[in-house]
Amino acid sequence: MTDVARQGAATDTQGMDYLVSLPRRVVTIYIPLAIFLFVLLFPFYWMAVTSFKPNEELYDYSRYSPFWVVNPTLDHFKKLFFETDYIDWMWNTLLISVVATFLSLFASVCAAYAIERLRYTGSRYVGMAIFLAYLVPPSILFIPLATMVFGLGLFDTRWALILTYPTFLVPFCTWLLMGYFKSIPYELEECALIDGASRVQILAKIILPLSVPGLISAGIFAFTLSWNEFIYALTFISSSENKTVPVGVITELVEGDVYHWGSLMAGALCGSLPVAILYSFFVEHYVSSMTGAVKE
Amino acid sequence: MSVSVSTVRTPARTSRFERINDNRAFLSWLFMLPAALLLLVFLTYPLGLGVWLGMTDTKIGRAGEFVGFENYISLFRDGVFWLSVFNTMLYTVVASVVKFALGLWLALLLNKHIPFKAFIRAIVLLPFIVPTVLSAIAFWWIYDSQFGIISWTLQRMGLIDRYIDFLGEPNLARASVIIANIWRGIPFVAISLLAGLQTIPQSLYEAATIDGGSPWQQFRHITLPLLSPIIAVVMTFSVLFTFTDFQLIYVLTRGGPLNATHLMATLSFQRAIPGGQLAEGAAIANAMIPFLLAAILFSYFGLQRRRWQQGGRD
Repeated sequence: MTDVARQGAATDTQGMDYLVSLPRRVVTIYIPLAIFLFVLLFPFYWMAVTSFKPNEELYDYSRYSPFWVVNPTLDHFKKLFFETDYIDWMWNTLLISVVATFLSLFASVCAAYAIERLRYTGSRYVGMAIFLAYLVPPSILFIPLATMVFGLGLFDTRWALILTYPTFLVPFCTWLLMGYFKSIPYELEECALIDGASRVQILAKIILPLSVPGLISAGIFAFTLSWNEFIYALTFISSSENKTVPVGVITELVEGDVYHWGSLMAGALCGSLPVAILYSFFVEHYVSSMTGAVKE
Repeated sequence: MSVSVSTVRTPARTSRFERINDNRAFLSWLFMLPAALLLLVFLTYPLGLGVWLGMTDTKIGRAGEFVGFENYISLFRDGVFWLSVFNTMLYTVVASVVKFALGLWLALLLNKHIPFKAFIRAIVLLPFIVPTVLSAIAFWWIYDSQFGIISWTLQRMGLIDRYIDFLGEPNLARASVIIANIWRGIPFVAISLLAGLQTIPQSLYEAATIDGGSPWQQFRHITLPLLSPIIAVVMTFSVLFTFTDFQLIYVLTRGGPLNATHLMATLSFQRAIPGGQLAEGAAIANAMIPFLLAAILFSYFGLQRRRWQQGGRD
């Protein structure tokens, strides 16, 4: 529905552009846009270029221009993969993100269906509470959670993260899915009820198939949020082999005052790639989940 | 509806399991259980526990005793704490204002008819998608005092004669972390506002053009009023996440130099985890709550303004 509206608006925008001359468009649109794109993308370019540079180019700007690579090398990646626990970090991050995402999706689908469709007494207030829960930032929860994680004996295990990530994933996913469920016509559900379907059957066979785009949006966004999470992973994990990529790169690759910029950048690049690739396949879902949470 | 269902129901369907399955109250309870369990145990309880911890003298490895408001009193006399409050305010206000201005500008540019629009919109969002810590490491390298690319470029252009130590001098460090935060936040603001811009009917602009409205008048009297509810929500999110930011500071400066970039979140972490003073850290974290509540209330009243747009009065 919204896609149609958006397309309509998009074709509309061409409407009056002929009123603006080309030189004027260059100055008011293309040049600012080019500057924006340059600034937004330069750090990634710089990350990539640095990670392929051999050390003698990396630290010698007088003989080599810093903006490109003369003799590309994979040394930094080799060091990263074979001399550090990077592969473990990748595996941990992937495992934790996937499990936390599915756990949160399951809980959110059930909760969103109950709030939006079963409409039990007080469901409106629970919906509001879920939205407020989304606004609770990890930086005020990590200290009490750390004492809990310690008390439960989960310190330095993957479970510590799998169980705490839903604190920000469930509110987000529930809020997003409530919006999706709202757009599914009641009549479909009523027909199924008359035909003798139970609520669980309705959820599994009617609501879920119809909200696949919503589930994908919520899922990949939750995955990205888990992949990017930092403060819980930094606080609850201490041994190198249990760390996630963001924590591992910043705590293990920095040795004292000697920064191995090449491997640091290689680590940042490899850690960003999975989400960037996922993103490239699901751009529209990302946009809709991001704006969906904002627009209600 | 439900009446018709119960009258048509065949005797075979009244087994105990079936009846429970159709009981709405029971079903609701069952469906809410996983989410409620997760959120009550790992969100609501820790929130309360945090408030309690702030009133004890807990340290790592030692359960604390109740000490009332002692932590808050000592924080009140703590210069570093007030410096972190000041830094957090400065960081939030400057970064949010600039993010809003540049984000809105970028959204307006992207809303124009331009070639490769979908592609450009997709890559604009990259800084938001990539893990903050990892892009912060790239900024760390860009700001490096010996091999920083900004310093090198400026020196090559003859604008400076010594490399700038971006993260080494208090005010420069503040500016540097704020710029990194702005860089990270612009895409979110821009893409969200773009979604709002696309819902504004083009016919309004056509009417305004025919009436001789200048681009500025169109922006001021059409775009801004129709966009204001979305602006309220987007900026609340932006303020909230900027205020509680941790990752950027932790990677770029860890609060230094001379605590000039310590935010409340990073100070809370530093005191609680490496410092071991869990109670004091919790108290600092709790001190953020009033500000967050203010931001949420602001958003709530910002949303209220929606009424006049639907034909009601303000």
